[in-house]
Amino acid sequence: MALRIVGLSPPSQPPRAWWWGFAALFAAFLLTMPIYFDIAVLFSVTNYLVLALLALSMSFLWGYGGMLSFGQTAFFGLGGYTYAVMALNLHETTGAMIVAIVLPMLFAAVLGYFMIYGRISDIYFSVITLVVTLILEKGIRATSGDQYVVGSVRLNGQNGIPTTPALQVPWNPKVQLEIDDVFYLAAILLVLTYVGLRLLLITRFGRILVSIRDNERRSALLGYDTRRYKLLAFVIAAGVAGLGGAMWGVWGNFVGPNMFNLGQAAQVVIWVIVGGKSTLIGPIGGTIAVQYLTDWLGTQGVGQVSLVLGIVLMVMVMLFQQGLLPSVGLIAAMARDALSGARRHRAPP
Amino acid sequence: MDDVAIYAYQIGLSFAIFILISLGLAVIFGMMRVINLAQGEFLMLGAYFCTLITKAGVDLWISFFLAALAVGVFGMIVERVMIRYLYGRILDTLLATWGLSLFLVGGVTTIFGPQSESVAATLGQVTVGAFGISLYNLVVIAFALALLLGTYALWRYTRFGLVVRGTMQNPAMAAALGVNTGLVYTLTFGFGSAITGLAGAVLAPIVGAAPPMGVFFIGKAFITVISAGHLPLLGTISASGLYGVIDGVVAYISSSVIGEMTVLFVAIILLRLLPLGITGRMRRGI
Amino acid sequence: MSDEIILETRGLEKRFGGVRAIADVSFKLRRGELRCLIGPNGAGKSTFFKMLTAQLKPTSGQILFESKEITRLEAHEIGRRGIGIKNQVPDVYDGLSVRENIWLAASVRARPTLARAKVDEVMARLELEPLADRLVGELAHGQRQWVEFGMVTAREPKVILLDEPTAGMSAEETSRTAALIREANKLATIVVVEHDMQFIRQIARTVTVFHQGAILAEDTMENIQKNQTVKDVYLGKSGRA
Repeated sequence: MALRIVGLSPPSQPPRAWWWGFAALFAAFLLTMPIYFDIAVLFSVTNYLVLALLALSMSFLWGYGGMLSFGQTAFFGLGGYTYAVMALNLHETTGAMIVAIVLPMLFAAVLGYFMIYGRISDIYFSVITLVVTLILEKGIRATSGDQYVVGSVRLNGQNGIPTTPALQVPWNPKVQLEIDDVFYLAAILLVLTYVGLRLLLITRFGRILVSIRDNERRSALLGYDTRRYKLLAFVIAAGVAGLGGAMWGVWGNFVGPNMFNLGQAAQVVIWVIVGGKSTLIGPIGGTIAVQYLTDWLGTQGVGQVSLVLGIVLMVMVMLFQQGLLPSVGLIAAMARDALSGARRHRAPP
Repeated sequence: MDDVAIYAYQIGLSFAIFILISLGLAVIFGMMRVINLAQGEFLMLGAYFCTLITKAGVDLWISFFLAALAVGVFGMIVERVMIRYLYGRILDTLLATWGLSLFLVGGVTTIFGPQSESVAATLGQVTVGAFGISLYNLVVIAFALALLLGTYALWRYTRFGLVVRGTMQNPAMAAALGVNTGLVYTLTFGFGSAITGLAGAVLAPIVGAAPPMGVFFIGKAFITVISAGHLPLLGTISASGLYGVIDGVVAYISSSVIGEMTVLFVAIILLRLLPLGITGRMRRGI
Repeated sequence: MSDEIILETRGLEKRFGGVRAIADVSFKLRRGELRCLIGPNGAGKSTFFKMLTAQLKPTSGQILFESKEITRLEAHEIGRRGIGIKNQVPDVYDGLSVRENIWLAASVRARPTLARAKVDEVMARLELEPLADRLVGELAHGQRQWVEFGMVTAREPKVILLDEPTAGMSAEETSRTAALIREANKLATIVVVEHDMQFIRQIARTVTVFHQGAILAEDTMENIQKNQTVKDVYLGKSGRA
């Protein structure tokens, strides 16, 4: 029996007033951070916020579209590389940013067409997306020679592109964004993407997408071409991941093959699992928590981050299916049901 | 004529590697519907066991089998403490074994360090025209074929194989007939793991043993198994044959990365045409 | 009822390996009919329904809907053309609310405002309003059947296929379902698979008997009950009539 989790309304319902308050508070908190924290903290928090975009991309696709893509890093890396290559070629960053979102979407459209219209099963979908990102990584690593040039930019194989340009202000290209500007931009983009995806879920498209996750056969029998909706969701998620990748390049002035690699792909899965895939905010929290843990482990001299992350992943899958945040909600729901005794269900709002 | 021999050799080796890295995965997936994302790390463990045992002074050929045994036992432990609780939750199994994969890479790096370990197989070369072919590589091809035939014989002609196939077809019925289905699952997983460990050991003299080596192979292994469809042996043979030829030829003329990309590309097209894999429409066989 | 044939199959056949689940079924349905399909378990009724809605691809044969061939169409295309089905096992969105379930069905074709009106109308007709915001997964079996029935009718199909709509229902619930089906029949052609003879007598005029994947007989309920062959394969054994 489906148990309503406290604080979690079905995605089809429009957000309630408190949610808007929460989103505003979240935004306000992020935007006032520069007052309390120094630049070094802002710099690492920017990284978390950018990576949270990648987590949002995955949790949207998995939690609401029911498609477990193990290779969102493919679009993340593609977005990063596209930004770097375009910006260096064009000496202009606004257009580069846009292409960095569009190109991963196009790639997702082609790849998704073959997978989704081929009606391959869930498990194949996961594995193929993983293989795609692994092969992209290998491909990029193999581009160390002088002959691998896009326009005037060398791809540099293993070493990546360490000259990835800073973002320029669109209406005044002479001004480049500084570290705190990039922080603001990342915070705004994250809030906008979060609110945007949440609102997308209450549109007709979003509701049908969720219905397909719940029971794809029923949606098809009613007359919805489920493949079209799934493909569109896949493409949207790729755009969000591409944006994340481009922002990551802007943040560190660097893109490299590690953006695609298995470790990175695993991290995305861990963020979303820790945060819980049944909400969009959970994975943002999961990203920040896990990324903080990873950084901390690095400074503590625990060299083997993957050892710890592996244990985290196994424990989460075996014991906390819903993710940490919703697990708390679930326990609260059980406690409430136990307390309210015979009155098993909360009165509809 | 030499060119033909070299091509045949390239393709044969490529085919053999596809078989070696994916057969264990195929057995586990085909029989149990479980994709073990830590497959590459099982391969790595096999390679490490092989180098360690050889360093301890054991003959290389014997260490292959000891490595297989060790990884097989490890696989059975994994099945007992983890996979067992996730049957029927196919995506959760993927996620949990991914965790295991990270754990193993981290663990092995912690214990042995990130550097590569090597083991030598000094068999020398045979000369074909202007080319020298490593004799050991021919042994690898022979190993792949032997593994394939051995697995087929085990599945097809032994009582164990019959019990396993029966259990996978209908676990409830097998249990009603007195089969200890839990044990069958454990043994099947262990068997698949042992094959993988053996493959890792056999590959160790060629590629060495290093923590990230699993990642190097899993792409090919997954593609093979997914393309294979529901008949693990026949599917793996045909997929390995197809991709072995493509990879062997393309890698020989350009580079191994291009070879692998071509294989992925073909696999995606193939799955669009045959969503259930190469053996998707076949009803009988193993 | 008109004489126009709305749904027809010609030589329809389905094999699973060596088993012929459906063998050479030629079936005709006139617009406005309320037809019942009966037959022992394994006679192929559900397989037949699944082929009509592209959940299974026929091995050979043709399916025609409003004189156009639909044999090779995808499930959603058949849904769009106007064939709705309630599968044997309740096939609903367990994780969504009752209102959401009906809304999804109503929105396939209707514009948003019309869809909302349609949802209200269906919820009122099925007396589902008190349950509107409950998750369907939390409901009792009979209630879930009605939610599914509501979904199938909300999208106003021309032909409705109902696979055992009263399974697991009490006598009272069954007679209400019969009323709902008769009501829906004013707008749509309906085919019902059922085992409950009492129920079939309440609703059906023509009955088609399936046996071993083929049509054994097709007649009025009265004649079917007198038919010796039918009695031998089906009624005689079940002894319910």
